[in-house]
Amino acid sequence: MGNKLITLENISKSYGSNTVLDELNLYINENEFLTLLGPSGCGKTTTLRIIGGFETPDTGKVIFDGKDITSLAPNKRQVNTVFQKYALFTHMTIAENIAFGLKIKKKSKAYIDDKIKYALKLVNLEDFANRMPDSLSGGQQQRIAIARAIVNEPKVLLLDEPLGALDLKLRQDMQYELIRLKNELGITFIYVTHDQEEALTMSDTIVVMNQGYIQQIGTPENIYNEPENAFVADFIGDSNIISGTMIHDELVEILNVKWACVDKGFGINKPVDVVIRPEDVELVKEDEGTIKGIVTNIIFKGVHYEMEVMANGFEWLVHSTSLFPVGTKVGIKVDPFNIQIMNKPESEDEEAIGVEE
Amino acid sequence: MKNKYIKFLSAPYIIWALIFIIVPLLMVFYYGFTDKSGAFTISNITAIATHEHSKALWLALYLSLISTAICILLAYPLAMILSHIGENAGANKDKYMVFIFILPMWMNFLLRTIAWQTLLENDGVINSFLNLLHLPALRIINTPAAIVFGMVYNFLPFMVLPLVNALNKIDINVINAARDLGANSVQTFLRIILPLSLPGLISGITMVFIPSLTTFIVSDLLGGSKILLIGNVIEQEFTQYSNWNLGSGLSIVLMIFIIVSIVLSTIFDKDMEGTAI
Amino acid sequence: MMKFIKKFYLVIIFIFLYAPMVTLIVFSFNNTKSRAKWGGFTFKWYAGLFNDSSIIQALINTLTIALLSSLIATLIGTIAALAMNNMKKLSKNILMGVTNIPMLNAEIVTGISLMLLFIFFKYRFGYVTILLAHITFNIPYVILSVAPRLKTLNPNIYEAALDLGANPFKAFFKVVFPDIMPGILSGFLMCFTMSIDDFIITHFTKGAGVDTLSTKIYAQVKKGIDPKMYALSTLIFVTVLVLLILVNYTPNKEKQRKPKGEKAK
Repeated sequence: MGNKLITLENISKSYGSNTVLDELNLYINENEFLTLLGPSGCGKTTTLRIIGGFETPDTGKVIFDGKDITSLAPNKRQVNTVFQKYALFTHMTIAENIAFGLKIKKKSKAYIDDKIKYALKLVNLEDFANRMPDSLSGGQQQRIAIARAIVNEPKVLLLDEPLGALDLKLRQDMQYELIRLKNELGITFIYVTHDQEEALTMSDTIVVMNQGYIQQIGTPENIYNEPENAFVADFIGDSNIISGTMIHDELVEILNVKWACVDKGFGINKPVDVVIRPEDVELVKEDEGTIKGIVTNIIFKGVHYEMEVMANGFEWLVHSTSLFPVGTKVGIKVDPFNIQIMNKPESEDEEAIGVEE
Repeated sequence: MKNKYIKFLSAPYIIWALIFIIVPLLMVFYYGFTDKSGAFTISNITAIATHEHSKALWLALYLSLISTAICILLAYPLAMILSHIGENAGANKDKYMVFIFILPMWMNFLLRTIAWQTLLENDGVINSFLNLLHLPALRIINTPAAIVFGMVYNFLPFMVLPLVNALNKIDINVINAARDLGANSVQTFLRIILPLSLPGLISGITMVFIPSLTTFIVSDLLGGSKILLIGNVIEQEFTQYSNWNLGSGLSIVLMIFIIVSIVLSTIFDKDMEGTAI
Repeated sequence: MMKFIKKFYLVIIFIFLYAPMVTLIVFSFNNTKSRAKWGGFTFKWYAGLFNDSSIIQALINTLTIALLSSLIATLIGTIAALAMNNMKKLSKNILMGVTNIPMLNAEIVTGISLMLLFIFFKYRFGYVTILLAHITFNIPYVILSVAPRLKTLNPNIYEAALDLGANPFKAFFKVVFPDIMPGILSGFLMCFTMSIDDFIITHFTKGAGVDTLSTKIYAQVKKGIDPKMYALSTLIFVTVLVLLILVNYTPNKEKQRKPKGEKAK
C-alpha cells in the first residue's frame, strides 16, 4: 500500500440541528480497500458523498492527491461512484450506460467500444451490451454500475452499500467479485456498508463509525479481535460484554471472579469493559471451569451450537461444536489471551469519542 | 379484491359514459355531416377551407404553439426547483404546488384574465411602472401577443404539474451518477433529466396545447374581439348564428387536430399513464 | 448564488401568477366602476353584495352545482374505479380510454357536444343540464385519482381481513376504503375546484335565466363588470386562503401517526 491519496481534515456536517459528522479526520491510502462501517445514521454515507462531491462539508477540507478539492464539482473529480440501487440510466442500453462518461470526455469511438468490451468482460456480462437495464437482474445491474464507473479509470471507486439490495447468496458471490476487481484494477476502493461480515471479508482497513464519530480504525483482524470499546465489540460479531474491574496488570475481576488475562497498563482497581467472543468461551465439566453455570437455551446453527449459559447472574453466549443439553451444569473457562479489556466510557459523550490512528 | 361480481359495479358509469360522453360525440358527427334539413353533406367540414375559417385555424395553431413553447421554457426551471431535484425548498414544496395550482383556480379565471386586460392596457399599471423605470411601453393589448400572454398565464400550471411529477420519479442518484461520470449541468440536463422526464413534458404539452388551440375566452378578452381564433368561430356559430351544423363540422376539424396532437405525443410517450393529472 | 437565482425565479413566477389576484382585490375597494381609475377606498361593493339577489343566486348555483356534481361524480367514479380494477385488461383499457375523452378533448367540444345532446332530446336547458355536464367532466378526475391508489393497494390486506373473519363488505369498508380514501378525497376536491372555475362547458349547457358566477361575469364583460363581483371573488379567495393556511399549519393525523410508525421499524 502506497501513499496517502485522500485526507479528510476536521470534516463537520450537519443538517439543521442534526450533526451528522463532527470533526472527522481520516486518510485513505493508494490502492487500499477501505470500508466505512456503521449503523444507519452514523455518517458513513455522508462521508462518502463528501468525497464524491455530492455534499459540501460545513467545515474542514478534503485533500486529494495533495490538492484541496473540498468545493470541486463532482464531474471534475477523479473518483467514480457505484450508487445504492445502481442508478443506471434506464433510457439507455447497457453499452450506452457504460459509454456515458467516456462520451462526455469525447473519447474516440474505437476507444469507447474497446472499453465497453473490456468492462463487460471484467464483470462477466459480455453479451449484455445491447440490453436495457430494466431487463437485468439486480446482481447484473450492480455489475453494470461498477463497469460504468471503472471505464473512466478513476483513482478511487466509491461504493455506497452496493450489495444492499441483493439476496444473501448473490451478496457473497459479489464480495469475491469485488475483491477480484479491486486486485485486477489496482485502484482504491472506499466501501460503505452496515454489514459487518461484508466489511470483514473484503477490507484492508475498516473504519467503524457511530453517531458521526470514528470509533476505531484497523485491519479486520484488529477490529474483530481487539475492539477498542463496547460499541465496536457489540457491532462486530456477537460478543459477551461484561463490566468488570482491572485488579492490576494481567488480572481482571468479572462477575465476582478473578480471571487471568494478558492486558496491561489499565491501572489498579480500574472499572473496565471486558469482551469475550462466544467462540472463545469453553464449556467444561462443572468443577473444571473458572465459574459454574447452567445451559438455559440451545439453537443448532449448522457449523456450531449457539447456547446461552447462565452463570453468576450473566447470560453467556457460547458457540460450541459439542452439544450440552438444556439444564446441563457446566463450567466456563476462557483462555487469558481471549479476554479483551476495554476502557469504560465515563460518559455518554466519551463513548462516541473520535479516535485517531 | 378479486371478485367476479365487482366488475358489474361499473354499470352506472358505463351507462353515464355512453349517454354523456359517447352519444354527444356522435351528435357532433351527426350534425357535422348533415345540413339544416338533415341531409348528408360534407360542406360543414370543407367550410374550414374558406379564408375566414382557415385563417382562424392557422392563427390558433400558431399562437398555441408559441404559448406551448413559452410554457415549456418557463415551466422546466420551475419544475426543477419544485421537484426533489432542486435541493433547497425542502418540505415547503407541496405548499408551493398548492399555491401554484389550487389557489389561483378559486379566483374566477375570467376575472383573472380581465385583470390582465387592465394591467396590460396601454396606459395600465404595467406601462406606468415601465415608464417610471424609463423603459419603453408595452403595446400588446388587443394584439396576438396579448393572447399568447393570456394563454401562458392560464395554462402554465398544467405544464408545471406533470413535469414536477415526472421529475420526482427520477432517482436523485441517477442525476448524481451523471455528474459523477463527468457530465456538467447542461450535459446532465440534456442527456439524463430531459429524456427521463419526457413523459411529463409530453403530457404537459398536450395539456397546454389543446386548451390554447381551442380557447375562445382568452382571445375574446385580451384580443379585443377583433382577432378570431377557431374557438371563437365555433362559439359564434353555436351561440350567435345557431348554425349547429357548421359549428359541429368545424369542431370535427378541430378534433382531428387534437387527435393528431395526442397521437404524436403517444409516439413519444409509450406509457400513457403519464397523462393523468 | 444558485439559491438566490432559484428564489428569484420563484418570486417572479409568483408575481406573474398573483398579479391579477392582487389587481382584483384592489378593484374590489375602488370607489369607481371604472377599472382604469382609482376613485378612492370603499367598502360599498362588499356591503352591496349581500343585497344583490342575482349575484347571491349565481353564487348559490355555483356552490350547489359544484357540491352536488362533485359528490355524485365521486360516488360514481369511485365505484367505477373499483370495478375497473377487477376488469380484464381489454375492457379496462377501453373504459379508461373513454374516461380520458373529456380530459383530453377540448372543453369547447365537450360543451357543444352536450349542448347538442340536450337539443336533440329536447331537454330544457337549465340548472339540471349544467349539473349533468359538470358530473360528466368531473367523473374522470375521480377515476384518475382513485385508480392509482387501487393499483398500489396491497391485495393481501383485503384477504387478511377476510382471513381474520370479516365479511367482504366489512373487509372493504374497514381496510380497503381507508387506504383509498386520500385518493377519493383529492378527487373530490379536484372536482369541486374544477366545477367552481368552469366557464366554457357551463356556457354551452346553461339555459336562459340560470347563471353561475362564471357565466354572469361573462355576460358583464361587454358592458363592464359589476365591482361587486370583485368583492365576492376577493371574499372567496381570502376564505380559501385562510382554509389552506389552517390545513397546512395545523398538525394533521398523518403527521401525528408518523413517529409511531418509525418506532415500529
